[in-house]
Amino acid sequence: MSKDTLLSIENLKVYFPIKKRSLSTAKSFVYAVDGIDLKITKGKTFGIVGESGSGKTTTALAVMRLVPITSGAITLGDQRLDRLQGEELRRARRHMQVIFQDPYSSLNPRVRAGAIVREPMNLMNIGDPGERDARVSDLFKKVGLRPEQQALFPHQFSGGQRQRIGVARALATQPKLVVCDEPVSALDVAIQAQILNLLRALQEEFGLTYLFISHDLGVVQYMCDEIAVMYLGKVVEQADRISLFKEPLHPYTWALLSAVLSADPALRDRSDRIRLQGDPPNPIDLPPGCRFASRCPFSEAICVAETPPLRAIHKGHAVACHLVSDDGVPPQRRR
Amino acid sequence: MADPLLEIEDLRVEFDTRDGVATVIDGLDISLYSGEILGIVGESGCGKTMTALSIMRLVPVPPGRIAKGTICLQGEDLLQVSEKRMREVRGNAISMIFQEPMTSLNPVFSVGDQIVETILLHEGCSKHEAWRRAVEMLDAVGIAVPEVRAHEYPHQMSGGMRQRVMIAMALACEPRLLIADEPTTALDVTVQAQIFDLLKDLQDKTGAAIVLITHDMGAISEMAQRVVVMYAGRKVEEGPVDEILTNPRHPYTSGLIGCVPHLNADLSGERLPLTEIPGVVPPLTKLGQGCPFAPRCVKALEKCRLEMPPQSVVGEGHRVSCWLIENNGP
Repeated sequence: MSKDTLLSIENLKVYFPIKKRSLSTAKSFVYAVDGIDLKITKGKTFGIVGESGSGKTTTALAVMRLVPITSGAITLGDQRLDRLQGEELRRARRHMQVIFQDPYSSLNPRVRAGAIVREPMNLMNIGDPGERDARVSDLFKKVGLRPEQQALFPHQFSGGQRQRIGVARALATQPKLVVCDEPVSALDVAIQAQILNLLRALQEEFGLTYLFISHDLGVVQYMCDEIAVMYLGKVVEQADRISLFKEPLHPYTWALLSAVLSADPALRDRSDRIRLQGDPPNPIDLPPGCRFASRCPFSEAICVAETPPLRAIHKGHAVACHLVSDDGVPPQRRR
Repeated sequence: MADPLLEIEDLRVEFDTRDGVATVIDGLDISLYSGEILGIVGESGCGKTMTALSIMRLVPVPPGRIAKGTICLQGEDLLQVSEKRMREVRGNAISMIFQEPMTSLNPVFSVGDQIVETILLHEGCSKHEAWRRAVEMLDAVGIAVPEVRAHEYPHQMSGGMRQRVMIAMALACEPRLLIADEPTTALDVTVQAQIFDLLKDLQDKTGAAIVLITHDMGAISEMAQRVVVMYAGRKVEEGPVDEILTNPRHPYTSGLIGCVPHLNADLSGERLPLTEIPGVVPPLTKLGQGCPFAPRCVKALEKCRLEMPPQSVVGEGHRVSCWLIENNGP
């Protein structure tokens, strides 16, 4: 592992068993995450994007050890997270914190804002009480709240302010990795910008590493340095920000980009947009071959027969599609 | 131009709250023509949904009340007619689709039955005929094997399918006006694109007018011809979509466009901070005399806090209420 890599995920699988309906039926699984490899560089933002059911949140939860891992290795710094148990695992949690999607349900309504931010430090035994008080005040300032607001309860804050409390709480233990699970999708449009700007400013100041989960490609394009596109538990394309958005290779990525409603008249009136039919298939009975084949407008016989491996096309740009040629011409460009 | 299909004039809606009277809509004028898609955009709490509910006369009374104004559908003032007449209008001349298709469908009836109910209520046809029409509508909104699907219940369908059912129900009686209140917010991007395509297609076929309520400037850009920007219950800007997108004149409109990270056609390594609109929408009980946006406006003048700006015309069908325009000329 290179020394710049903070988090590495190898062949991660998370399967959820489904209750058997009767004795005769075989046990079946939801293949939420099905063999993915990711490497996240220190100080950068790594984005995972996909539709609901693609496994992006499950990946994040697996990294946080909040769901049981079926197999695979997760390494944070020099520590294997997937093997930790009990007290050791609890100790390791100070290095990884989450910012949740819904700032309304993720704050305890009966605890004052200051105590919410302080609690992780209490639990992890960080500093003495005086230091903790000072750090809470400091964090409030850093996230754009006034220190005297520590005495208020969550319902006295607006949605944007609550999300700021969530950010402050996540930063309280000085984590190495911050997982942002759709941090702005529950917020009003005008407030989203405030939180995104805040996250970027904090990253610059503290050198934070983000694992950023979102379904909003505009937000991902703005926030992330490197991006993985997921579809039904698999990574279908992975690249740095510029090449992914300038030269999307996988037809699914292209369809996702086409589906974004754009306020830019130049993008809106492009003629080469493609529209997907139907919904993503059920993650229980997965089709063999490429999982996207049933919705892909370009699919051929090979797509249904064989699962495409994730292969590198350019430096730092990998795609899992049979139809992308080795010199990087995607099917949507060959028409 | 022909007479408008729907004309809202000087509408004022008030709510009694513990903190006094909240004016959730004030002095709103909107006209809508047949076959047009009009977007209404703004943050939550800006009166977008209240406008829709006023048109349907579904504002909860009390605590709410429509204090002033007229809402004319083809010359008939909906605020004056009887409740009985209003029930004939709802679902027939005017239909509405809601944000959350799961909560707006009845879980204990099959989707076919729910569409049939609407048809039977408004048209004197047999139950058999109504069922046939319901299946036809499900087919029109792109549901595969509609004869079978009509017998299914909402929980057996995905979010996108449910929203299609809602659209089928709304369009079953061929309304002249369809109000779509954030119709795709709960859906995935690829499904969202399908629903918008469907709405556009159906509108081309039926010629109904659509009021699209959203907070997403992208959706407005793709769907609507004209847009009304609302803030704190007031219309702050109105005009043709492309004109508003490329040349917004009200600071709130430019804020709304600039604060969302839109996909960029020419992407570079550099990322500038997003434009922020500081603060939040003020409580509607605490609005002062001046422009409601003044406390959040970076360009606010002394005058903005004291006096409500008048509406000025700055282009073909493009109207803005802002003192900055008034002072500097169009």
